This record gives sequence, structure tokens and C-alpha cells, in this order.
Amino acid sequence: MSNKYFKYIIFLLLLFPTTMYGKDHAEEKKENKFDIKGMIMHHISDMHSFPLFSFEKEGKDVHIDLPLPIILISNGQFFFFLSSEFHHGESIVTKGTNSFVLHHEKIYETDINGTLELDEKGHPHNKRPIDLSITRNVFSLWLSAILLLVIFFNVAKKYNNPLKKPSGIQSLLEPIILFVRDDIAIQQIGKHKADKYIPFLLTLFFFIWINNLLGIIPFFPGGSNLTGNISVTFVLAIITFIITNFSGNRSYWRHILAPPGIPVFVYIILVPIEIIGLFTKPFALMVRLFANITAGHIIMLSMASLIFIFSSLAVSLPVSFLLQFIMSILELLVGFLQAFIFTLLSALFIGMAVHEETH
Amino acid sequence: MDLITPELGLVLWTSLTFLVLIYLLGKYAWKPIMHSLKVREETIEYSLREAENARQELVTLEKTKKKYMDEAKSERDALIKEAKEIKAKIIEEARTEARIEADKIVKSAQEQITAEKASVIEDLKKQVAILSVDIASHILENELEKSGKQQELINKYLKEVNFN
Repeated sequence: MSNKYFKYIIFLLLLFPTTMYGKDHAEEKKENKFDIKGMIMHHISDMHSFPLFSFEKEGKDVHIDLPLPIILISNGQFFFFLSSEFHHGESIVTKGTNSFVLHHEKIYETDINGTLELDEKGHPHNKRPIDLSITRNVFSLWLSAILLLVIFFNVAKKYNNPLKKPSGIQSLLEPIILFVRDDIAIQQIGKHKADKYIPFLLTLFFFIWINNLLGIIPFFPGGSNLTGNISVTFVLAIITFIITNFSGNRSYWRHILAPPGIPVFVYIILVPIEIIGLFTKPFALMVRLFANITAGHIIMLSMASLIFIFSSLAVSLPVSFLLQFIMSILELLVGFLQAFIFTLLSALFIGMAVHEETH
Repeated sequence: MDLITPELGLVLWTSLTFLVLIYLLGKYAWKPIMHSLKVREETIEYSLREAENARQELVTLEKTKKKYMDEAKSERDALIKEAKEIKAKIIEEARTEARIEADKIVKSAQEQITAEKASVIEDLKKQVAILSVDIASHILENELEKSGKQQELINKYLKEVNFN
């Protein structure tokens, strides 16, 4: 029975992209100068509010957003207010002696009139306050964290009796947990050393996976490009980097700083390469996840934009729907695959760092 | 360029959230789950091993049982055989003894009969002798009187004789 529901949910998820992205920008079609690039960039970047839906009223676009808290630090002073005070970047928010302006989803400090000093490329070089706002991505981040906690606390509860047959969501997740444990952690790190890293790898895997999946959902509260955000992949890669290098044993460092069995003069070339290699590994992790997920979002949005590119709605709707349908299925696969690859490579790097020399 | 520039705010929130997530999930989810999985795997392994042991034991028991059964059977057969032999022997012995006894009895009976017969004949002879003398004496008495009377007397005496 749950299988039937699951099918329905998948079908709805695949159905929605067309309607939602389409609805979001249908009104702009009339003007015939729809800024596709701008729309896409807007959707894959972070925002200070969570767009719910938009419609047209008296010839004007009305965007309904979920306002999110803005937290700013400027000159050692904290500022808290809701993003709705910016009115989609149209209003200047003045708190005490400080005025803030939202320009292309970035907050700048301005004078009381909100004057932005733009350079020739149109980028303002006003001072930016430290922005710790709960943005759309932070919202998604916490949503996924809460989901993970709820799901896995419930699953963990079912393990109170270890000999009970797995049931419900436990039977869905147990093979995946075992997969991460056996085929990623133990395989790459080794049976005796893997235990210490399994909690990290499991968290990493499920964190990336659930956020990839939430990113495919095209409407609130999903659709955020969280795992396609460089800040997030940067943090994940940095954590892998730190764990890897703090786990590194003597043989690991010796292979980097003084590789055995090589003439000393080759060290001049080899050691810098090895040291650069320390950083390129997590860098590749960071870029791979970011690029894959962002690319997925860009493709989905581009396919939705076909509706505005084709003149005939009768042609564009089915074509766009079909392409998005296929892409959504692909994205489901990519979402899992990227979580797997990130976790696998993290485990691989850790495995290399703790590997005992056998020769 | 905005797309590939990490934002301080998001970096901080992600780090914080992810580390808290590792801690909370690690302590309250992964630890009990991993522990339970291990316990389950070990239990399964142990149970399988136990089942195998039990199976082996069963086979051994079956073998032992069969061995004992065979032994018991052969012992039974031997006992029956022996009993039969003893029975036959006893019967044979009894028969022989009985025959000997019977022979003995018959023999002694015959001897006794012979002895009795001899003594009876002896007795009869004595009686006949006495009678003969008696008769002879009577005859002799009558002879002296008249011969007609003698014959009468002999007949009379012969009538008196009772052979029993």
C-alpha cells in the first residue's frame, strides 16, 4: 500500500516543475523580453526570503514570499529584522544610524538615502555588513537537519530490540546505512579503523542526499539549491580535509614530505605536487558536488523556460513537461550518485591517510 | 562570480549545523543503530553456527543411536540363539535322562516280575510237592483198603485243591 502512495508522490513531484516554474513567470511572457539568464541565476542563488508563488494583479507582478530573519553585524553592532522590510529590495531599512539596502540579494550599507556607489560593471562597492541572515539556504539547511534528526531518531528507536525484524522506514534506510558502512567506510578505510569515521560518513551521505532530493522538489519548502551552493560544498570539503589530515599517520606524511625510494633531487618537484595534492582533493570534492547540483538546477530551469522561448504554448508545454520529466528522473539518480561519490571519495581520502604501510 | 564565492554567513551556519548534526546523529542515531546492527549480525552468526553445531551433533547422535541399536540387535540375536541352544540342550538332556530312567524302571520292573514269577513258581512247586505228598499219603492210605475207593479219594482230593 505504501508502495502505491510512493508512486503517487513521485508522479506529483515530476508533474509539478512545469506548473510551478511556468506559473512563476508566465506573466512575463507577454512582454516578450523574458530574462531567462536572470531568472535562472536568481533561482540557483541564495535569497533573503523564501518565494512561495507569484501572480499578476492590475498589470503588476505580485510575489508572495516567506519573510526570513536578517541578522547583520556592522561595527560590532547586531541588527535583527525581517526580510520583508526590504520589500524585495525596493525599500531602505534604517536602524539607528545605519541604513541597509538589498541589491541583487546582497545587503550593502548606505547612507540614509540608500545611494549605491556603482562601478562601471554595475557592482556596488559600498561596505557590506557581516551577513548572518537566515537565508533561504539556511532555512533549507535547518529543514533538512530537522528532517534528518526526526527520521533517524525514529529509526534508531526501532533498533531498541536489535533482533526485531526491520519495519517501515527502517527497512528502507537499513540497506543504505549498511551500504555506507560496508561498501564505503569498511571497504575504503579498513575494518578496524572504519568505526571512528562511520558516523561522519553516514551523516555526510544522508545530509547531501536529503538536500539533493529536497532540491528537486520545485515548490516550498524544497527547491533550494543548497548542495549546489559553493559555501555548503566548501564546508563539507573542508571538514573532510580536516578529518583526513588530522587522521594522517606517519606513513601518510612521509609519502608526502619525503617519498621513499626516490632520489632526493626529485623532491623539489614531487613534494610541492604532493602538497598541492592535499588541497586539490577536497577542492575537487567541493567543485564536483557544486557543479553537478547547480547544473541540474540550471537544466531544469532552462527546460521550464522553453515555455517562454517557444511561441506556441501547445508545442512548448508538452515538450517542456516531457524534458523536465526525464530530467527529474535523472536528477533523482544524480542526487543519490553525488551523495555516494562525495562520501566514497571522503572515505577514500581518509583511508589513504590511515593506511598502514605494508611494504 | 557570485555563484562561486563562498558567503561567510552560509559557511558559518552550514558548519555549525553540520557539526551539530554529526554530534546529535552520532550520539543518538548512529551509535545505537550501529550497535544494534552489530548485535544482530553477531546473533545471526552465532545462531547459524549453533544450528550447524546442533546439526552436527544430531548426525553424531543419530550415528551413536544406530550403533547402539545395531549392537543391541546383534546382542539380542546372540541371546536368542544361545537361549535356543540351551533350550534344545535341556530338552535333549531331559529326554535322555527320562529315557534312562524309564529304561531303569522297566528293567527293575522286569527284574521284579521275573523274581516274583520265580518265587511264585517256587512256591507253586513247593505247594505241588506238599500236595503231591499229601495226595500220595492219602492214596497210599486208601490203597490199603480198596482200590475203588482209592480212585474216588484221588478225585476228591483233587477237587479240594485250590489253585489260586
